[in-house]
Amino acid sequence: MRRALVAAGLACAALVVLDVLLPRLLNPYYLTIASRIGIAIIAAVSLQLVNGFTGQFSIGHAGFMAIGAYGSAAASVYLGAGLLDGLAGVLPAPLARALYFPLPLLVGGLAAAAAGLLVGIPTLRLRGDYLAIATLGFGEIIRIGILNLDAVGGARGFSLASPAYPAIDLRFEGLGGIYAVVVLSVLAIARLVHAGGGLAFRAVGEDEIAAESIGVGATRVKVEAFVVSSFFAGVAGALFALSEGYIHTNSFGFTRSFEIVVFVVLGGLGSLSGAIVAAAALTAAPELLRGLGEWRMILYSLLLIATMWLRPQGLLGRRELSLPRWRWRSLRLGARRAPARAQ
Amino acid sequence: MENFLQQLLNGVAWGSIYALIALGFTMVYGVLKLINFAHGEVYMVGAMTGYYAAHALGLARAPSLLGLAATLAIAMTACALLGALIERVAYRPLRSAGRLAPLITAIGVSLLLQNAGQLVFGADPKFFPPLIESREVFRAGAIAVSNIQLAVLSTAMCLMAALEFVVMRTRFGRAMRAVSYDAPAAALMGVKVDRVIQGTFVLGSALAAAAGVLVGLSNPKIDPLMGLLPGLKAFVAAVLGGIGSIPGAMLGGLLLGVVETFVAGYLSSTYRDAIAFVVLVAILLYRPSGILGAPQLEKV
Repeated sequence: MRRALVAAGLACAALVVLDVLLPRLLNPYYLTIASRIGIAIIAAVSLQLVNGFTGQFSIGHAGFMAIGAYGSAAASVYLGAGLLDGLAGVLPAPLARALYFPLPLLVGGLAAAAAGLLVGIPTLRLRGDYLAIATLGFGEIIRIGILNLDAVGGARGFSLASPAYPAIDLRFEGLGGIYAVVVLSVLAIARLVHAGGGLAFRAVGEDEIAAESIGVGATRVKVEAFVVSSFFAGVAGALFALSEGYIHTNSFGFTRSFEIVVFVVLGGLGSLSGAIVAAAALTAAPELLRGLGEWRMILYSLLLIATMWLRPQGLLGRRELSLPRWRWRSLRLGARRAPARAQ
Repeated sequence: MENFLQQLLNGVAWGSIYALIALGFTMVYGVLKLINFAHGEVYMVGAMTGYYAAHALGLARAPSLLGLAATLAIAMTACALLGALIERVAYRPLRSAGRLAPLITAIGVSLLLQNAGQLVFGADPKFFPPLIESREVFRAGAIAVSNIQLAVLSTAMCLMAALEFVVMRTRFGRAMRAVSYDAPAAALMGVKVDRVIQGTFVLGSALAAAAGVLVGLSNPKIDPLMGLLPGLKAFVAAVLGGIGSIPGAMLGGLLLGVVETFVAGYLSSTYRDAIAFVVLVAILLYRPSGILGAPQLEKV
């Protein structure tokens, strides 16, 4: 109990430092990179649940990010602006904003989860590469569908500005808030995977038939994993929309989906901390390499190939990074090392 | 009705290009069970090589059928070498590392070729020189067949027939089918699996290069990112037909080309890029292994 209080206090202090101090120390360019890293982490960890633990292979994650982004942006512009205006009339402004911002994130996540359910039930019957290509297909269908929706700007993109309330700032700024969402999402998925119920995910990932034979409903488990994963992809998309303030379907194409798959495989399938490390490193790398000019993406792709040469099992394999002295039972990311996958 | 036939013709011409690219996907998948995401970029390199070859041969000023054949030959040779190189560098070192590691190197190679292409060829679009003068060769009512369409179709058909011959009637083809059926058993029978895999990349990449030149012929604007979407759609075509099946890739490619042309012609061209995926999802839900694919057996 005391530990939990200390943890909560430390977390709050860290968030305040992030929110208040960092904008004074770092220029906005670095802050943008930091928030994009946070968003990439949520996307990677959520895909790890499906691809790494449940053993499915989805390459359409960006589609669910798109639904989260557009869902939360549309909700903010058409409903949220009025709500925030009303709240700000009653409560002090910072409190009103703090109370309001979880709502669009939740809307984005739930919209994406609903889409995940609709897509997951028919497609998760497919296996292996057929599943991969079907999820890729759904991702593109979602993107092109949104591109043709005029209510969210279509090909012009969609700005987070409500015509009815021009004075209201709908953008969600501050690294603290973003990283609070990142930490909560990662912890939720870690709890889900490493708690008792999470064994079902891993059982299906190891061997579907064996899992079925001991009473795990494989289809149901796969759909559950897919829906949860879509929810967090939606949250990541919503964070992206709210922090950038302008979204376009080009940000959610299949190249983005591939990028998330690369995070997951490069980090090590079945390793949450691996996905986090890979997402952070690969999001930062193109920016750090910016000094190289046009050689930057060439170096980036060579780096990708070289890493797979050296670590074909991913950076961390199936292991987790753990910080020994900080090990709280309730907050722990790592599990005991999982047995090697049977071939 | 005439419009319908015209669209059908355009669709078949476009679909034959998809089919050529899809064949490379499906053959590589057959022997390696690998989705070669770099394949669309090989097609781009084919188009670019064709562009430079045509200029170097002075064909931009003197169009001729012979010139088209020479351009095709140069582009196909260059890409065959590129395909062999990609296999050697990006996939062979990971042969024993499971199925996902080579997928990531495939994405890496694809990014590498896109960005190297922008560096070497320049990011702005180029215009493929007209290798044969466009004219109408046949007209029935409102249906017009241009000699370009004829060239595209006949080249594609010849190449597919040649591939069919190689796969079904030669020693190499038999080895390829054996590796695709059961690679370890083929190795025990003395088939040099690595050589067969390399040969498969050579064949597939040459076909992609031919597709690149044919696209340059009918749709002259080419740029270093042109391989991205056609590559993906050709993969969709391969899955539609049943990945691993050569007739399936041809059928899937033609089907996709026709459907896309009809959607662009009758509905709206903004939905054109989505329709490939809608067709894909619809077919996979009814036939989970594609139209001509063998159903996967579940072993307990």
